[in-house]
Amino acid sequence: MSDKLKSGLNVALLFLLFGVLFLFNRYGTGYQLRILNNIAIFITLAVSYNLINGVCGLLHLGPNGFIAIGAYTSALLSMTPAEKELNFILGQVIWPLGVIQVPFAVSLMAAGIAAAFFAFLISFPVLRVRGDYLAIVTLGFGEVIRVLCNAAERVTNGPLGLKGLHPYTNLWWSWGVATVAVIVIQRLIASNYGLALKAIREDEAAARAMGVNPFRRLMLAFLISAFFSGIAGGLLAHLITTISPSLFSFILTFNLLIMIVVGGLGSTTGAVMGAVLFSWGGEALRIVEQPMDFGPFTIPGIPGMRMVIFSLILMMVILFSRKGIMGRSELSWDYLESKLIARKAR
Amino acid sequence: MSATLFLQQIINGISLGSLYALIAIGYTMVYGILRLINFAHGDLLMVAAYVAIYEILLFSLPWFVSFPLAIMATGAVGILLDRVAYKPLRQAPRISLLISAIGASFLMENLALVLIGGVPKPFPRPDFFSRVIEVGDLHILVLTIYSPIVTLLLVLGLFYIVFKTRAGKAMRAASLDFEATRLMGINLDRIIALTFLLGSSLAAAGGIMWAMKYPQINPFMGVLPGLKAFIAAVIGGIGNIVGAVLGGFLLGLCEILIVAFLPDLAEYRDAFAFLILIGVLLFRPTGIMGEPLTS
Repeated sequence: MSDKLKSGLNVALLFLLFGVLFLFNRYGTGYQLRILNNIAIFITLAVSYNLINGVCGLLHLGPNGFIAIGAYTSALLSMTPAEKELNFILGQVIWPLGVIQVPFAVSLMAAGIAAAFFAFLISFPVLRVRGDYLAIVTLGFGEVIRVLCNAAERVTNGPLGLKGLHPYTNLWWSWGVATVAVIVIQRLIASNYGLALKAIREDEAAARAMGVNPFRRLMLAFLISAFFSGIAGGLLAHLITTISPSLFSFILTFNLLIMIVVGGLGSTTGAVMGAVLFSWGGEALRIVEQPMDFGPFTIPGIPGMRMVIFSLILMMVILFSRKGIMGRSELSWDYLESKLIARKAR
Repeated sequence: MSATLFLQQIINGISLGSLYALIAIGYTMVYGILRLINFAHGDLLMVAAYVAIYEILLFSLPWFVSFPLAIMATGAVGILLDRVAYKPLRQAPRISLLISAIGASFLMENLALVLIGGVPKPFPRPDFFSRVIEVGDLHILVLTIYSPIVTLLLVLGLFYIVFKTRAGKAMRAASLDFEATRLMGINLDRIIALTFLLGSSLAAAGGIMWAMKYPQINPFMGVLPGLKAFIAAVIGGIGNIVGAVLGGFLLGLCEILIVAFLPDLAEYRDAFAFLILIGVLLFRPTGIMGEPLTS
C-alpha cells in the first residue's frame, strides 16, 4: 500500500472520528459526553504510560504523580484570583499564584511542562536503577507527590483540594489531545529512537554495545510520557471540576496498568483499546455496585465489587494470556490489507 | 528535649523498628529466592489482623490461642498466594510477575473491603499487652517493650531454621543459584512454599502487633507498613535476612527521631522512608549488608 493512500486513509479516519464527535456533541446526553471525555483522557494516559512500560520495558508505577502535578498546575493557573481566594480557607495562597490567571490552553501547556520538568528531576535517580527497584522508586515518587499535595496547604489547599473549576474540558480538547498524543508517540516508536528503546528493552547490554546511550534515550521517553500525562491531568481536573489529593492515589496507576496489560504491553493500539474497554466497561460494571431488582427479590449492590473484578481481570490476563488483546503488534493499514488479501486468497 | 523524652522516643523507635524488621524478613526471603517484590506481602498483615479479630469476636478465644491460629492461617494464605499468583509465572518475564503481585495485592484488599466493609474495626487489645509501666517520668505501654522481644525470639527461631537445618541450607542454596539447586535434586517447590510460610507467618506476627499498636484495622492497613518494610529490606541489602532486621530497626528509629526532633515535618512522615530509599539506591544500591553488585 502506498504511503499516499495510507495518509489519505488516516486523514479520512480522523474526519470520521471528529464527525462522530460532532454528532455526539450536538445530540448526545451529558452522560455520553462525560464517558467520551473520559475515554479520550484515558487514551492519552494509557498510550503515554505504555511508552514507558510496554515499549521501554520499565515497570513505572508513578504516573499518578505526574497526573497530579498536571491537574494542580493547570487548575491553579486557570482559576481567577477571586476563586482562589474563596477556595483557600486554610491560608493565603502563595504569591504569585494568587494574582495570575491564564487561558485554559496555556494552563494545559504549563501542566505538561511542569510534569515533564518533574520527570526530568526524578529521572536521575529513577533511570539509574532497573526492574523491581525502578518500580518501587517510582511508586515512592507517586506517593511523595500525594503527601506533598496534602501537606503544602498554601499551594494545593491541602486535603480540601480545589473546587469549582470551570468545566473547560470538552470533546474537542480531550480528543484533540488524545489524537496528538497517539500520533506523536506512535511516530516516536516507529522512528530510530523507538528502535533504540526496544533494543534497550530486549537486551540493554547489547544495545549499549551498539552505541545506544540508554540513559538519554529513556530520559526522552520518560519526559514525553510525563508531558502528556500532565496535560491529561489538566484535562481531567477541568472535566470533573473538583480535585483533591485522594484522587491521585496508587489506584489511578493501577487502573492504567490494567488498561495497558489487557490491551497488550508494548502496543499503542492495545493501549487505546484497553482505555476504551476500561472506561466503557467500568461504567457498565457500575451495575454490580447498585441494588438489582428481580421481581420480588432484591440483590443489594456491593460497593467495591468493581475493583475486585478489575483485579481479577488483571490477574487472569497476566496468568493465562499474557499478551493481552494485541500482544506487541499494531493495527495498521498494512496489517488490515494483508488480512483482507489472505481472506480473498482462501 | 529532656533526657526522659529522648529515651521514650528511642524506645518507641525500637518498637516500631522491630515491626518493620519482622515484615521486612518476608520480603527479603522471597526476593532472595524468586527475585520478586511480593507486593501482596503487606496485605498479609491485614489478613492476620482480621483473622485474629474474628476469632476473638466470634469464638471468644483467648489471645494466646487466637494469635498463633491467625499466624498459621496467614502462613497458609502466603503459600496459597504463591501457588495461585506466582507459580504459573516462574518462567515468565519479571515484569509479568510484578504485575501479578500488584494484582494479587489489590485483589486481597478489595475482597476484604467487599466481605468485611471499609469501616475501621477497633482491635481488642488483650489486657496482657495493655499495662503501662512507669519508670520515673517514663510511661511505657508493655506492648512497646514486648514487640522487640517477640521479634528477637522469632528472628532467632528463623535463624535456627535458615542456618542450622537442611531445609534452611536448601533455601540458602536456592537464593545463591536456583538452577544448580534444582540439579542437586532439591524439590524447589517445597522450598519456595516453606519460604512463603515462614515469611508470611512473621508478617502475621508483625500484623497482629501492628493492630495492637494502632488498634483501628481496615482493609488497607497493610499497604503503608508493607512499603516501609520493603524499604527497610532494601536499606539492609535485599536478599539478606540479617540486613532486613538491621534495616527495619534503623528505619523505625529514623522515622520516630526525625518526627521527634523536627515536629514541623510530621506531616511529611510517610515521605521520609521513600527519600531514604532513594538515597540508598543512589549511593549504595546493595544496602548495608548486601554484596557489591557484579555484572
